[in-house]
Amino acid sequence: MWYYVTKRILATLPVMGVVAVIVFLLLRLSPGDPAAIIAGDDATSEDIAKIREHLGLDRPLLTQFVRWIGQLATGDFGNSIYLERPVLGLILERVEPTLALSVTTIIFAVVLAVPIGVLAAWRAGTWIDQAIMALSVLAFSVPVFLIGYGLVIGFSLTLELLPVQGFVSLSEDPVAFFRHLVLPTVALGLVYTALIARITRATMLETLNEDFIRTARAKGLGEPRVLILHSLKNASVPIVTTIGTGIALLIGGVVVTESVFAVPGIGRLTIDAVMQRDYPVIQGVILVVAGVYVLVNLLIDLTYSLLDPRIRY
Amino acid sequence: MMRILRVATLALAMMAPLVASAQTQPPAATRANTLRVVVHANLQILDPVWTTSFISGRHAYLIYDTLYAMNSRFEPQPQMAEGHEILEGGLLYRIRLRDGLRFHDGNPVRSQDVVVSLRRWMSRDVMGQQMAAVTETITALDDRTFEIRLKERWGLVLDALAKPSNPPFIMPERIAQTPATTQVTETIGSGPFIFVREEWRPGNRVVYRRNPDYVPRTEPADYLAGGKRALVERVEWLYMPDHNTALAALNAGEIDYFEAPPLDFINVLARNRNIRLINIDAIGTSGVIRPNHIHPPFNDPRARQALAHLVRQEDYMRVVVGNPQLYRPFCGSFFMCGSGNGTEVGSEPFREPNVERARQLLREAGYNGEPIVVLQPTDRAQYNAATMVLIQALRRAGVNVDVQAMDWSTLLSRRANRNDPYQGGYHLFVTTHGGPTTALPPSNTWFNTRCERANPGWACDQELVQMVADWSREADPAARKPILERINRRAWEVIPYVPYGQYSQPVAVRANIHGVLEAGIPVYWNIEKR
Repeated sequence: MWYYVTKRILATLPVMGVVAVIVFLLLRLSPGDPAAIIAGDDATSEDIAKIREHLGLDRPLLTQFVRWIGQLATGDFGNSIYLERPVLGLILERVEPTLALSVTTIIFAVVLAVPIGVLAAWRAGTWIDQAIMALSVLAFSVPVFLIGYGLVIGFSLTLELLPVQGFVSLSEDPVAFFRHLVLPTVALGLVYTALIARITRATMLETLNEDFIRTARAKGLGEPRVLILHSLKNASVPIVTTIGTGIALLIGGVVVTESVFAVPGIGRLTIDAVMQRDYPVIQGVILVVAGVYVLVNLLIDLTYSLLDPRIRY
Repeated sequence: MMRILRVATLALAMMAPLVASAQTQPPAATRANTLRVVVHANLQILDPVWTTSFISGRHAYLIYDTLYAMNSRFEPQPQMAEGHEILEGGLLYRIRLRDGLRFHDGNPVRSQDVVVSLRRWMSRDVMGQQMAAVTETITALDDRTFEIRLKERWGLVLDALAKPSNPPFIMPERIAQTPATTQVTETIGSGPFIFVREEWRPGNRVVYRRNPDYVPRTEPADYLAGGKRALVERVEWLYMPDHNTALAALNAGEIDYFEAPPLDFINVLARNRNIRLINIDAIGTSGVIRPNHIHPPFNDPRARQALAHLVRQEDYMRVVVGNPQLYRPFCGSFFMCGSGNGTEVGSEPFREPNVERARQLLREAGYNGEPIVVLQPTDRAQYNAATMVLIQALRRAGVNVDVQAMDWSTLLSRRANRNDPYQGGYHLFVTTHGGPTTALPPSNTWFNTRCERANPGWACDQELVQMVADWSREADPAARKPILERINRRAWEVIPYVPYGQYSQPVAVRANIHGVLEAGIPVYWNIEKR
């Protein structure tokens, strides 16, 4: 297995290299100029040119690229053009809100979706199944920001139960930390709940028709044991794959959710950097996200062997 | 279930280091002493000289002080200065600093700090550069006195030092020695609030605490002049790019002050008993349609006059602002109606649109139906709305419009491009400016007609440059008036830009917030929570 893990980690290097080249070129070839933004509304073309020169943006593309790759090779992601602070530090500052939101969302989605999916499969064809599937289609179709605004109107402005926006660090106030996460988690989690519930139902339906389930029932095992220990366990590989894919999809959802609820995470950092053309920050964030994506995929692959002993690396 | 528990345990384990860092956080200030403000932009640049962005200027007003400041009659009043003498027939300004001024690091503010700060500002700011052109020397005489010696009379020295937008903020000498092309990242000022760097979360929150050593002037606060009394212990700036979230937070009482509520929501906010709308800017904002003066057809003043003949300001205001109480139906001044410099001389032919005249002028300017490239910033609601009205007006007059939609950041770089409009350049874009700085001909940046040295669009008219210089030399208001009228008349002939209306952007505050100053820009001294 260690050979497999090492091979997979080494295989990420060329992937990251390709990502780096594409990101760099896309950003430099797309319109926009941080010097013009820095200079502000009252700036003359002369002022903008001076700032561009100071930032090194007037140098040839290849020179800028080589310089950036050289920095990356030493683990330096460069400095933000605006803040003149290390990009890695900025990313690390934003990790807590995004990590917290992602983790709570995944927990929320899995805790809700798996039992719902199992229930729908167990009661396939009944009104329960139909209601669950209809609701999952709805949750899947409504945009995250709309769910977010609806939750704010309902739970913050009308019932005054939860805060509208913001984030409080776990270390600062654990209660406020969770209170601030409830609405963004629900807004973001509903889509994943729907996705995981549908996959759980589909795979459970397949497993419930297998011979070994019939045998288990014939042996007199109770329905809960049949459903959870026998059926769900055997259906878990596709469910785990979906959860893993969901984590990758989550990155896109986090960007919107963080904006709606003013959560200062990686998503907001990315949007702000894109709007301001803060090249080093955009490049750094995309590289880190790509790395996380590769890592999550690796972890999911490794999980398969825990769930299904027939899978070996 | 066991798996779920394992996942939950793993999640909590990942958060454990965060709990461990709890003891390093400073104690929270009380909510009653903290003013929470949603600002209009993300503060990223801390140097108000390196950038002219509004948000950096507003940050600077909190932590730095200025030598002079405008009062509500737009007269420069001493702020850090104790007073001044004007000697040698207006060629020598001798200024003495107030006693007891101290920087946040405890060091006294000296004349040498002022001299170096002024030099840095003069190398970057438009009005500062004009002052530099007429200045022979700036010299510190002792720790509290310095002199500005001019080469020729220039009646705007105090106005320049007191200009509300991008004034010379005074920094310690060692910091102000940084070239203006390099960003200053230190935040040592002598203003009423202190920047709390350790709590700064770019893109989210900026924190200031009251400067206990600040000695305000004894006069009452008036516009940007008078005593800057910090009545709250702490000011928190929150950046919320989503306006709906900010409005919901204001409704829920999570924030106290919303700097720029969307104009669409003003009527809804006005009906809310817990929220007050305050117009802090008596002069307001003026819309600008900027033609590119270096490419046909707008390199011909007749084409620019045609553009002006197509503008009915009220159409723009109805779409951009909506509420008639917040805008003027027409303002024919390039220097802000209601500012004291708001002469409308020369605007008479443009009070009502004249499409036929516009078509005739376009023909005379040689326009033959070529595409007119209009830059449309789709992510700026007000600019986008004004651009759509402009596009419609042009099409109604038979102009072939090539609309190029983009985000504001792209537009900023695109508008600086001097290329042919069909090769990366443009013909028209929309922007705004406002306040007392716009009311002064030399500091009105879009009015600058110094050709290549003008702002994007590169308006070019040496006669106007000379007239503005004449106005600037004159210190007597009565003698300035006829010059100003000549300037406004000439401007409606050469049209550096077409004004599309003047309007106000109120701020929204919770009902328990008192003492908000009508200072033209949001400032946070004098404000208390009751």
